[in-house]
Amino acid sequence: MCTNPPSDSTHRRRFLARLSLALGSVGAALIGVPVLGFLLAPLFESVILRWRPVGSLESFRRGQTVKVKFEDASPLAWAGVTGQTAAWLRYEPGGEFVAFAVNCTHLGCPVRWLETAELFMCPCHGGVYYKDGTVAAGPPPRPLVRYPVRVRDGQVEILASPTPIT
Amino acid sequence: MRFLKAAWEWFDARTDASKVIGPIMRHPVPKGGGWMYVFGSATLFAFMIQVFTGIALATAYVSSAGQAYESLQWITNEAFLGRLLRGMHYFGASAMVLLVGIHMIRTFLTGSYKFPRELNWVAGVILLGLTVLMGFTGQLLRWDQNGVWSTIVAAQQAGRVPLIGPALARFLLGGQTVGGATLSRFFAYHVFFIPAVIFAMVALHLGLVLRHGISEKPNAAQPVNPKTYRALYEDMLRREGVPFWPDAAWRDVVFGVLVVASVVFLAWRFGPPKLTMPPDPTIIEAYPRPDWYLLWYFAVLAQLPHGAENFVIVGAPVLAGVCLLILPLVFNRGQRAPSRRPWAVASIVLIVLAVGVLWAQGQRSPWSPDFSAQPLPPAVVGAASAEIFGGARLFETKGCQYCHAVSGYGGKRGPDLTDVGDRLSPQQITLRILNGGYNMPAFAKSLMPEEVTNLRAFLESRKMPP
Repeated sequence: MCTNPPSDSTHRRRFLARLSLALGSVGAALIGVPVLGFLLAPLFESVILRWRPVGSLESFRRGQTVKVKFEDASPLAWAGVTGQTAAWLRYEPGGEFVAFAVNCTHLGCPVRWLETAELFMCPCHGGVYYKDGTVAAGPPPRPLVRYPVRVRDGQVEILASPTPIT
Repeated sequence: MRFLKAAWEWFDARTDASKVIGPIMRHPVPKGGGWMYVFGSATLFAFMIQVFTGIALATAYVSSAGQAYESLQWITNEAFLGRLLRGMHYFGASAMVLLVGIHMIRTFLTGSYKFPRELNWVAGVILLGLTVLMGFTGQLLRWDQNGVWSTIVAAQQAGRVPLIGPALARFLLGGQTVGGATLSRFFAYHVFFIPAVIFAMVALHLGLVLRHGISEKPNAAQPVNPKTYRALYEDMLRREGVPFWPDAAWRDVVFGVLVVASVVFLAWRFGPPKLTMPPDPTIIEAYPRPDWYLLWYFAVLAQLPHGAENFVIVGAPVLAGVCLLILPLVFNRGQRAPSRRPWAVASIVLIVLAVGVLWAQGQRSPWSPDFSAQPLPPAVVGAASAEIFGGARLFETKGCQYCHAVSGYGGKRGPDLTDVGDRLSPQQITLRILNGGYNMPAFAKSLMPEEVTNLRAFLESRKMPP
């Protein structure tokens, strides 16, 4: 039954092989694109910012720095306690508020406020910041990151923002 | 019994199982491998512990950022055998890291990575990387305070990668912050993605072992020559090869079972690593640090000169990986015997010593301030004056003590000040307090003049007894 000359069957085989490889790639792309898109989605999300109340104006005392907690800008329903964020809120004697991210700009560990020494200190590698967030000592490359703060209707509000990557 | 035999023959006639497995089990291996050749199979035994205990743990672990911690508490404290299983998974991971390391050192020292086994080595290096990734992601799945902050530190490190750093950090977090999306992603990496690659790599690694045979004992009189190696190896196998099963395999089984028994014993005796505080990012009294097998790397990061930081965080792992991967491609021939490769032996000694020293440093972490420093007892203060007494109080309240020790009380971050009065003049002490230094804040703005006087008086009085 083999009536085709050998060259024809070689052509046919080459065509079928290429067809199969091309179709296989299409199949892989049909599966791969949605999967990769789903996994990479966080990179294409627009940044969500939301004002979150952290306490009434009267609850803060001038000259003091305190830890405040607030909800992330868009926590998922099952985030539980991980949907919360903390910040250091400083009430300047002049009346304005400054909010610092708790993350050390070195590698992100949470800095502690030493009330009596008026310093922020990082437990990981000993980074130290002055009360205004500027670097006092150690490895941090830049000052503590600040979040915008506002006072509205007697409430102090912080703009919940992405975790600073420094 | 007769029925079982008949059933097996029926099955075998249809699958050819004995024809496939038989030659693999009985393939000839070089004589006299001894106990040096058991570490690869022992690593596989450890991996099997991880697979089975991991599957069991996954039946109860809830990979939800809000509930993982509670489910681990339940597994550890209430579930039947849960504490033992978690312990086995932890000590199994430890065993796997340790055995991968030993297996690699053995392979390097006996030159077994040379022709024709270059790709065995490459697959092994990839498996080493995957093992470390498993260790790290596994530590995060504990999802206690340490897990959450380790995730943030990992994202910060990824953020140092040029160009794509910030995107990489967001990808690791699964969003803008640590939250609901973070843990389920790490769970999928740890449980599906990385193990799938490990299985594929183990198959390649073992397939290549069968293809090229187990390396024979190095012979200084017979350096590897790619042109003649295969013929010599096959000739040697024909002359003096022994069947893998059971002549060589029994040692693998003995050592492998020893590893399993040790893991079970350690798990039973010491239990799993304690869960720290809940994964609440607002509890900031955290001190994230890696499990023991990455503690040496933690020490590297802590002690870098500041200018070198970005280069090392990103460059060092890449450089180490590339060096390991190209090793067999560059040195694929010549001597295998350690006695003729002094540089190979020296580099292993150096690496083991360096990792050991860094590991010990990582245990002590002298670069971290000690927030649990105990107040100075009156006997140490030895307040001869109101100034010295006041200075000692300031030494605590101004945070000096977190970094500086006096008579054994305080941190190790800065110099020990037990005898600073012998070393520095009062002027030098004052200057240092006011101006600080590279690793010390300046206190000029936060101390009153009389406070400076008191602090100096206290520090001046720190002298060795004559």
